[in-house]
Amino acid sequence: MTYLPFFVFTGIFAIVGIVLPIVAPKGPNRGIVQCVLILTGACCWLFWLCCYMAQMNPLIGPKLHQNTILIMAREWGNMINLTETIEPHAVGH
Amino acid sequence: MGSLFRSEEMTLCQLFLQSEAAYACVSELGELGLVQFRDLNPDINAFQRKFVNEVRRCDEMERKLRYLEKEIKKDGIPMLDTGENPEAPQPREMIDLEATFEKLENELREVNQNAEALKRNYLELTELKHILRKTQVFFDETASEYHEILANRHSQLTTTFSSRPFKYENLRVKFLNRCQMADSHREEEQLNLLEDGPRGQQQQNLKLGFVAGVILRERLPAFERMLWRACRGNVFLRQAMIEAPLEDPSNGDNVYKSVFIIFFQGDQLKTRVKKICEGFRATLYPCPEAPSDRREMAMGVMTRIEDLNTVLGQTQDHRHRVLVAAAKNLKNWFIKVRKIKAIYHTLNLFNLDVTQKCLIAECWVPILDMETIQMALRRGTERSGSSVPPILNRMETYEDPPTYNRTNKFTNAFQMLINAYGVASYREMNPAPYTIITFPFLFAVMFGDLGHGAIMALFGLWMVLKEKPLAAKKSDNEIWNIFFGGRYIILLMGLFSMYTGFIYNDIFSKSLNVFGSGWKINYDASTIMDSKALQLDPAHDFGRTYPIGMDPVWQVAPMNKIIFQNAYKMKISIIFGVIHMIFGVVVGLFNHRYFKNTMNIYTEFIPQMIFLIFLFFYMTTLMFIKWTKYSASNPDPHSAHCAPSILITFINMVLFKKSTVLTEACETPFMFAGQEFLQKVLVLSAFICIPWMLFAKPFIIMQERKKQQHQPILPFNGEGQDVENSGAQSVPPADQSQTGGHGNEEMSEIFIHQGIHTIEYVLGSVSHTASYLRLWALSLAHAQLAEVLWNMVLQNGLKTGGAIGGVAVWAIFAFWAVLTVGILVLMEGLSAFLHTLRLHWVEFQSKFYSGLGYAFQPFAFESILEGGGSSED
Repeated sequence: MTYLPFFVFTGIFAIVGIVLPIVAPKGPNRGIVQCVLILTGACCWLFWLCCYMAQMNPLIGPKLHQNTILIMAREWGNMINLTETIEPHAVGH
Repeated sequence: MGSLFRSEEMTLCQLFLQSEAAYACVSELGELGLVQFRDLNPDINAFQRKFVNEVRRCDEMERKLRYLEKEIKKDGIPMLDTGENPEAPQPREMIDLEATFEKLENELREVNQNAEALKRNYLELTELKHILRKTQVFFDETASEYHEILANRHSQLTTTFSSRPFKYENLRVKFLNRCQMADSHREEEQLNLLEDGPRGQQQQNLKLGFVAGVILRERLPAFERMLWRACRGNVFLRQAMIEAPLEDPSNGDNVYKSVFIIFFQGDQLKTRVKKICEGFRATLYPCPEAPSDRREMAMGVMTRIEDLNTVLGQTQDHRHRVLVAAAKNLKNWFIKVRKIKAIYHTLNLFNLDVTQKCLIAECWVPILDMETIQMALRRGTERSGSSVPPILNRMETYEDPPTYNRTNKFTNAFQMLINAYGVASYREMNPAPYTIITFPFLFAVMFGDLGHGAIMALFGLWMVLKEKPLAAKKSDNEIWNIFFGGRYIILLMGLFSMYTGFIYNDIFSKSLNVFGSGWKINYDASTIMDSKALQLDPAHDFGRTYPIGMDPVWQVAPMNKIIFQNAYKMKISIIFGVIHMIFGVVVGLFNHRYFKNTMNIYTEFIPQMIFLIFLFFYMTTLMFIKWTKYSASNPDPHSAHCAPSILITFINMVLFKKSTVLTEACETPFMFAGQEFLQKVLVLSAFICIPWMLFAKPFIIMQERKKQQHQPILPFNGEGQDVENSGAQSVPPADQSQTGGHGNEEMSEIFIHQGIHTIEYVLGSVSHTASYLRLWALSLAHAQLAEVLWNMVLQNGLKTGGAIGGVAVWAIFAFWAVLTVGILVLMEGLSAFLHTLRLHWVEFQSKFYSGLGYAFQPFAFESILEGGGSSED
């Protein structure tokens, strides 16, 4: 499952960089078309790969503001119930 | 067909053309545009060439056409541009053309002359009309007061004046009080007039003369002053403006003039006034004294003006008809004349053979097009009706042929980028095909923003789709032409920027959360409420990797977003830089193999590759290892705090320093077993490459020289002592040096050359690798600038609430949009473009490209017509 994106994108750029150049139409510009496709595939694939790998095993986590955390929690599903924590505080003081 | 990867194979050809057929053949070749003629009479000056007369006639025709064009433009008649491209006319048609142009020019000149004369006449009459009208007013208003005043004053003056002239001043004041209606100017003059005249006979002399005329309005003040000074104030000038502008017949400009009338007394003053009028280019007109005469004259003038108007109208109509007829054909004629001129120009480059019956030309021709050229020559011969076919012979030459890259509208712009650095040497690997993608891509790494990229791509797309109408407009605006010429580059740069922007997850400095962030909030409420900011723990809060591009969570993490992105962007800069450079060196290998330079493969390519791969590519491998092996969720030797810094590892590796263990728990400062040993081997082998590059090639050349020298010298020594003989022997090597390039270079020169080359490469690969960090720097700067613009400008509008907020957003958005396009897209785009250009010219091309060739400039009507025919003058 974790390798799925890798195979999908490698597959996509393999089509761009390997399959399309093979089926490129014959003509005076075939060489250029092939060169363009191969380089596009290679550059885009490597660029995607670097970005993916740089985040694959994160060494640091994002440092977020309190507000951002609360909004993120609300928007991205595990809502934090604040009432429980605020009330004891309020009572305590 | 030839490809763009190398320039076309060229050959030098000798072309024998029958004198009669030469013109038609050259014309066909000009339409084809595949032949570059060489000047065979470089020492004959332009005026002594064979067809100088014809060229001169063409020049003359062109001059006439330019005259016609100027006249047509002056009348604002649209010139018909059908876009058709007529063939060069036969030489005999030239006479017809000449006759037509001559006729047209003469007719036009005559019409113009007539019109000018008529206009001058018209101008004079109009001026006269104005004079009569204005002076009428002067006469009317002055006649009554004037006499009254004079009479008044005279009675006074006769008593006081004669005895005490020094009391003038008193008198003047008195006088002024008495008759306030008269302006001071006038009365002063009167005084002076009186003073000048013999005092006893003032009554008789008061009969004043006058002249009337018109003068340019701007000259009037000076004119007045001059009159005053030169006549010592003894004249009286009145002036009135002519409100309507008058047309100057000589150049058609509108001029503003004033009518003036000068009164004076006596002949002496009259001549003086007339001189001054002449000097100031004032036109004087006769103006009768009696009112009835003036009225009569005015009537006459009016009728004459009316007549003139009709005649002028007819003349203008005629001129217009002539010009409209000419405008229809003008473009066509220009093309024809320029073609004829170009053909004769080319024929001037040819040699006449001894019999004068045939012309000999030498030309560079792409080998692949020999067939097409033969066909064109045959067509030309048929057209001229000559029976002898032209002969095209290939010649052997040691000269370097010109570099010809066959481009189309798409590849042309990229080829221009390369040629701006230097035209490739003949048959050298051309970097242009790779540049088509690497250039927009490296640009996009610096310019990565989905929004800005989209703006750029849309602009490029618009220019590409509207290519034909835009190209037909032929703007003179240089900046626009640069943009339009690079429309395909702009389109590709925009598209790649959209891709890299999507990967950076940056759209106007905001992120998209398409796939759902991989980070989760696992803190409980109390932890959150207790601290203002919290760092998510990568070991626990990280679910899965965001599949495409940056996780959107980083965009909302202002405290350590930069730290994370810097690490990532620096790494990709180095990775792409090293791969780009290795690619450059590999392209060099194709050059060595093509030019059968096996020695260069062993003495340059292999050590260069080893140096680059063992040091710098190894470093990029370390980056990938670090990405895969170390993780916050891993146990200790591979946990987050054990991850070694790649830069420090690399520095220690090159300096043979022992890396220090980060913490006790990490056990080792290395990423994998045997890394230390491997690194030593790599560095040592890389260092060995330096002397290898430095000395191998010169030594091999030295060895070969020795072998060559030994063989000829032995028999020569045996034969003997003849001085002449030694001279004869030295000839072949001299020939070789001319033909085979650096045959006889000094050994020391080879050493120095190789030394420079090696140092350049070794130091270059270090500095060039660092130079690729500009990818990171510019990308960071771009992202930050976009963010600042958002936070400082647009956010203010978005945060304002209520109805005012709506208006504020509207205004602020406009401001933000202008800054986005002006600064972020245009200026940042320009700067990223220049940096990309540098990365290609310096970092990439220095690995293989010598760029010492010269461009193939075929004789083509197309380019001559585009240049407006002026390029050859």
